[in-house]
Amino acid sequence: MPTDIYLNVAVSGVLTGLVYGLMALGLSVIFGVVRVVNFAHGEMTTVAMYLAVVLFATMGLDPLLMMVPIAGVLFVFGYVLQRWLINRFISRPEHSQFILLVAIAIIMTNVLLIVFGPDARSVQTSYAFDSFMFGPLIVDATKAFAAAAAIAFAAALFAFFRFTRLGIAMRACADNYTGAQVIGLNVPRLYALTFGLGAACVGVAGAMLALITDVTPPLGPSFTLLAFVIVIVGGLGSMPGALAGGILIGVIAALAGLFYTPSAKGMFVFAILVVVLLFRPQGIFGRRA
Amino acid sequence: MIGRLTNDVPRRAAMALFLLFLVLLLAPWFANDYLLTVLILIFYFAYTGQAWNIMMGFAGQLSLGHAIYIGLGGYTAAVLFGYFGISPWVGSLVAILFAITCGAVIGFLAFRFRVAGVYFAILTIAFAEFARIGFDHFTYVGGSAGFFLPVSNYAQSDLWTLRGKPIMFYYLSLGMTVGAVILCHIMLRSRIGYFWQAIREDEEAARAVGIDTFRYKLLAVIISAAMTSLAGVFFAFYYNNLFPEEVFSINRSIELILAPFIGGIGTLFGPILGAFMLTGLAETLTTTLAAFGIDVPGAKQIFYGICLLLVITVLPEGVWPWLYRRLHMAEPHE
Amino acid sequence: MSALLSIDGVSKRFRGLVAVDRLSFQVKQGDIFAVIGPNGAGKTTLFNVIAGVFSPDGGAIVLSGESINGLSPDQICRRGVGRTFQIVRPFPALSVEDNVIVAALLHRHLVPDARAHAGEVLRQLDLYDKRAQRASGLTLPDRKRLELARALATDPKLLLLDEMAALRPTETDRMVSILKEFNRNRGLTILLIEHVMRAVMALAARVLVMHHGAAIAEGAPDEVVRDRAVIDSYLGAETVV
Repeated sequence: MPTDIYLNVAVSGVLTGLVYGLMALGLSVIFGVVRVVNFAHGEMTTVAMYLAVVLFATMGLDPLLMMVPIAGVLFVFGYVLQRWLINRFISRPEHSQFILLVAIAIIMTNVLLIVFGPDARSVQTSYAFDSFMFGPLIVDATKAFAAAAAIAFAAALFAFFRFTRLGIAMRACADNYTGAQVIGLNVPRLYALTFGLGAACVGVAGAMLALITDVTPPLGPSFTLLAFVIVIVGGLGSMPGALAGGILIGVIAALAGLFYTPSAKGMFVFAILVVVLLFRPQGIFGRRA
Repeated sequence: MIGRLTNDVPRRAAMALFLLFLVLLLAPWFANDYLLTVLILIFYFAYTGQAWNIMMGFAGQLSLGHAIYIGLGGYTAAVLFGYFGISPWVGSLVAILFAITCGAVIGFLAFRFRVAGVYFAILTIAFAEFARIGFDHFTYVGGSAGFFLPVSNYAQSDLWTLRGKPIMFYYLSLGMTVGAVILCHIMLRSRIGYFWQAIREDEEAARAVGIDTFRYKLLAVIISAAMTSLAGVFFAFYYNNLFPEEVFSINRSIELILAPFIGGIGTLFGPILGAFMLTGLAETLTTTLAAFGIDVPGAKQIFYGICLLLVITVLPEGVWPWLYRRLHMAEPHE
Repeated sequence: MSALLSIDGVSKRFRGLVAVDRLSFQVKQGDIFAVIGPNGAGKTTLFNVIAGVFSPDGGAIVLSGESINGLSPDQICRRGVGRTFQIVRPFPALSVEDNVIVAALLHRHLVPDARAHAGEVLRQLDLYDKRAQRASGLTLPDRKRLELARALATDPKLLLLDEMAALRPTETDRMVSILKEFNRNRGLTILLIEHVMRAVMALAARVLVMHHGAAIAEGAPDEVVRDRAVIDSYLGAETVV
């Protein structure tokens, strides 16, 4: 096969990988600070995708414009979820928290199934079939925009955590729960804000995903697993790791799909997960706990 | 032997259990076909829940990919019967072998490399998904189009080939469930049961009293895998078809853990109670909705999700321990 | 009398920090040997190295003539070393009796035998009446005795006790008499970390003082408490002896 095709597929993988990376970034932020593994992450992404689909279908609003409001809705959802439900489970054993989110995930997936039915939906914008040409590279417009949005949002998030008081306070919580309380930080509120932020990432990522792929209710669990793989490969709790992991997985999956059958992509992804879990559980950028 | 089995169980409870057993034994005489299928489903979930409980409730390892053993068990026995005419009883032995190997690999990798807690759960999910996609491409056994067992004459039940009427499957599943409870009871009361509980409570303290935690965790995984694979064999021969998307799916893994979580992890009767409650209520819900002409796909799942949510929030130990205490019996120490 | 446990030039580092610094001492069979020193001196790390939780970065640990460097905690326990934890770790959901049965099952494979042995140990530690209680519901002194009972039920040759005596004086005295009894009548060798000098003086035949991971004094208790370096670094001029 001519190298052009590899290159195109790889680039396409990078772009979609960036969007998935943003989704995984949300998971990483949540885990990094609140130390809860959000098993409902994929379902939240699916909800965001459906929001984008509905807004486009009913009012013709482009997901690129709607990504901020959608992020806002998800933010509120995440905040409320953490504040009123998950916060009670902070001192419970790990598996309790995990199962709580499993339960939430089950409910969300099936509510979506009832409301939207099992058929695939998508967003077909006017520029859906446009593409940019850079020499031998043919880049889908939708993917390019989605990836750009993902990078922009991720950059904003980095800046937030590094330069704002609130962001630094959240990182303090992550590093030292008791210490944070001792210096007077309102930890439950900070946790809720963090979960909200993680959910907002998912909101943007979901809106972007609606542009580039179809959505069905059972996609939730698949996305959750994908987010886990990306985050574990990149490093749980590491923000650059999530994006790097996303790109890596995106490229590998895309190329695997090219060399073998597209449906075998999943096997590669899981094989990578197993290898990472065994040999470098902290991921590429993570620190050994 | 019955005496020895029951000498830790309060007399009232033992009587109640025996009565329940009698009722279930005689059920086919006064229950209609629909009720029988519901009961079979209950027994199936009670059995798989009990098998899963060994890993989680006894040894403290959270597996969210248990469907892999159902799939492996089912496919092994089904293929051996469908292509080679080998009886599922013999096929079960082979199925157990495969399941043990798979469990040993997962357990070995996980425990040798210190993959624990949530990471372990994710590892199990990864293996199950790997199997699902793998079997989707495994054309010899039908791939994603599925594998179908030769359906034969339903007028007579053939126990050797497990072809026959629901009543045969009823007694088979009842027998499996009772067997699982007895086996778990024996294991719990033995040396291995004590070691498992110690590991579940505090692995480092368990090591400090000389327990080879690696070995016993692995044993829990293997036994759990073997038992679950038999459920797979049952599944295959009861439904007569296998699809990777259904049998290895994460939904299957999750539905397997609902009964033990709701009934009570680590207890002997938790999974049984959980299965009765969950499936019983779910079926009631479905029939009630159907009576109103409402057919809502996914309603059952939402019901399961809500139950799980409620139990984990309000009664984190499960319904059985709570019930046990309400009935003024001593602490169910296991 | 030969050395049951021989620590020879043992070191343990954690990245930059030297927790145990080329420590050497011997514990003879039948001895009661105490390790004291200020917080952060490396005492618990030393225990963790002996018990197999960490492997030493240097030196040799020899038990009954056999090197136990780098063995896992359960392997070391099976070779006759029992240990308690500084912050007690009972199996919370199990009963007192079951906690000890778990330990007794190490060398007795049948549950009834283990139960009988556990019963004996519990009686000696005055916990027999509470045997059906859940471990998580016990008071701290009872939990400490349960921790001791569990370690004793594994039939150890050497017992590592980490700050067992941090209790009221009456409790401490009780603990001391139980330990003396086991030492005298069953030849149990005891290596203990302790802050409570009352217990150290009452029990130990030999004392090792650690500071910054190294030994600064070793000898009989009354010699050691008068040692200048020990007073400066740890005891202070007024010591309750």
